[in-house]
Amino acid sequence: MPYPEMMQESIAKVEETRSRRMREDFLRLSLEERQRLLEAYHLDYRRETFRPLAVGPNKGDLVPNELADLLEARSRIDPDNFDLSRVDYETDVLNHRWRWCGDGSGSLGAEQGVDVLIATKLRWGDANTMMAQGGIQAADKPNDSPARHYLDVMGGGGFVNIPELVKALVTDAPFIIRWLESLGVMFDKEPDGTMITVHSGGTSRRRMHSCRDYTGMEIMRVLRDEARNRGIQAWEFRPAVELLLDEHRQCVGAILYDLETEEYFVVRAKAVVLATGGMGRLHVQGFPTTNHYGATADGIVMAYRAGARLIFMDTVQYHPTGVAYPEQILGQLVTEKVRSLGAHLVNVDGERFIYELETRDVVSAAIIRECTDRGKGVVTPTGMVGVWLDTPMIDILRGKGTIQRALPAMVRQFARFGIDITKEPILVYPTQHYQNGGIIIRDDASCDIPGFFVAGEVSGGVHGRNRLMGNSLLDILVFGRRAGLSAAQWAKQASPGTPTLDHVREYHRQLQEAGINTDRVSPMLLPDYTSPIARIRRLGGVPIG
Amino acid sequence: MALQTEVVTETVTVYIMGKRYEVPKGLTILEAMEYAGYRLVRGVGCRGGFCGACATVYRKAGDFRLRVGLACQTVIEDGMYLTQIPFYPATKAIYDINALRPTAEAILKHYPEVTRCLQCGTCLKVCPQELDLMRYIAAAMRGDIAKAADLSFDCIQCGLCTGRCPAEISHYHVAMLARRLYAKHLTPPAPHLTQRLEEIKAGKFDAELEALMKADKETLRKLYAERDVEPEELVPTKTDED
Repeated sequence: MPYPEMMQESIAKVEETRSRRMREDFLRLSLEERQRLLEAYHLDYRRETFRPLAVGPNKGDLVPNELADLLEARSRIDPDNFDLSRVDYETDVLNHRWRWCGDGSGSLGAEQGVDVLIATKLRWGDANTMMAQGGIQAADKPNDSPARHYLDVMGGGGFVNIPELVKALVTDAPFIIRWLESLGVMFDKEPDGTMITVHSGGTSRRRMHSCRDYTGMEIMRVLRDEARNRGIQAWEFRPAVELLLDEHRQCVGAILYDLETEEYFVVRAKAVVLATGGMGRLHVQGFPTTNHYGATADGIVMAYRAGARLIFMDTVQYHPTGVAYPEQILGQLVTEKVRSLGAHLVNVDGERFIYELETRDVVSAAIIRECTDRGKGVVTPTGMVGVWLDTPMIDILRGKGTIQRALPAMVRQFARFGIDITKEPILVYPTQHYQNGGIIIRDDASCDIPGFFVAGEVSGGVHGRNRLMGNSLLDILVFGRRAGLSAAQWAKQASPGTPTLDHVREYHRQLQEAGINTDRVSPMLLPDYTSPIARIRRLGGVPIG
Repeated sequence: MALQTEVVTETVTVYIMGKRYEVPKGLTILEAMEYAGYRLVRGVGCRGGFCGACATVYRKAGDFRLRVGLACQTVIEDGMYLTQIPFYPATKAIYDINALRPTAEAILKHYPEVTRCLQCGTCLKVCPQELDLMRYIAAAMRGDIAKAADLSFDCIQCGLCTGRCPAEISHYHVAMLARRLYAKHLTPPAPHLTQRLEEIKAGKFDAELEALMKADKETLRKLYAERDVEPEELVPTKTDED
């Protein structure tokens, strides 16, 4: 379905202004201008969509209502009637992976000579990582340095990031790239091995490394292949639903739930690594999301019940360029690399309104301003609104064939719906993309719960209040490796006690004390997208079994 | 009276595993299955065309051809007859990538069945990414690892090729090996990266990083606002021909 007539008129204006726009510079905003724009238009400032938590270590802190509903909910497990004496598996390190930092720590665990079990909610490798198209940052060019990377990360995050975590991120980065290179990840390179790197929003040097626009998928499939070669065991379709703590409140395993056979498995482990990703599928403020089907905040829920503290959970990253047309792929990701390669963002009149490589929070706020107060958005036949991302510019700026070579996934995705992005622009609007905050960790990926290690999107602190593009793939590898190493070391000297669910019982009691009598249960595990009719028809009967 | 909670303007008929459903026009196959009441565990993943979880085969009304698509990226049509293939058995070889050479021998040792390829072209009809599988298998067989890696790069490992190949080749596993061989053994390591690792190990950036870590917010803001930004280099990095 090519663009309908009502949108064609605006495309004509985009084409008309193209040659003029390409000659003109558009200035970056100052820090003060950025802040004003965010306060006026960023969705984090719609405070009525947040509420203070009623219980737990972060009692009183604001989180999105959708997350509060899951944190103020009961366990799927009845702590008074669940038999923990039947142990189904014992291991040194249990790794609830979801994003592929689990693979990083798993591989390293095997290198450390400990027994590792990986448990995944869906297939091994099903994660947002697969969809991370744009790239991975590392300061490895002569004109760059880890210190510059550090400053860019802090500025992007609002200068509130936890310094020791940022230091770990930027100094490990070049080692991570070398590690991936040695495993056989196909980075985009010059013939002499020099990495082809581009900018991303908020970077001061071109340090984004990529594998076409399948960067996350390429890294994931190589790491998974390597883990399989090393014989690391993985249980698929068996997500964790509750952690197990002993009498010293150290983590000694978890309860897993088999999504297909509906059995619960008790796994005892000397150390546990949590890598369960973010919360896109909660659809905060009703937004569509770029996230994977399984991004339902399970890890946050389990860890919070067990006493882990959270940070920056009152900020959500909206990716500026989610698909706004066609409707079938609404909210899906259009990689930031499109802007890195030079495509302008323009309104209904074909005019630019923001410097494209501002940080994501700022660009999102500017698009919302354009489509709301300024009334300069492009309306689709179903009433969606968006702005143009002028993709054909890339081939004009960098030579014919660049789009096809650098963005094959994007070309393919739109071609499936009859849109040729080498010739026509893409309509975009912000979409829920990333959980900026999470469980507070130290630079060895440990947290407040002994024996429990956390890595990736489920952790918080390293990105402050806004993550830069290319630092998520980096984060999960840096802290995935660190978590694996820490967990292996811990497992070698750990003396785990008797597993209990006392913390769940205690959390239920706190809920009751706070006056929350609810039949909500969490973690959610999977969202329900069945039609309202189907849901009504399901009510009232007893499910099979 | 029909149970109705929302206004559905136009519907189409689809047959999911042979069972008939009326669903709103314009949905993807994935959305149509969910609309029909399926709460999917298998056959769904990233929902964005990247993970290969939702490989689907279908026929259209009155058409003998078997078609394929990703459920999350394919729009339903009236009379569509479909099922998902969420898993297909395929054997992955176990190897030490460091010990292999980027040659035909490495491929033939681990996947000898590639020599059974009949050049029938069936694989070309079942790839939702529309990759040139037959050519990359041929390239791998004759030891052109670079070609096999390049042609197979966009593979999402959905496994549909493996399900249809009369020679019983697991194409996507062969491709995985070829890409790792290429990147590991045929691409030079980045020279600037080697240099940077030595600098970090020598502690070249320690003092600067320590100072930044100790700096207060105002100092950081000032340094950030004043930092120079490298201009974007708007030249093609490769020519269109290579």
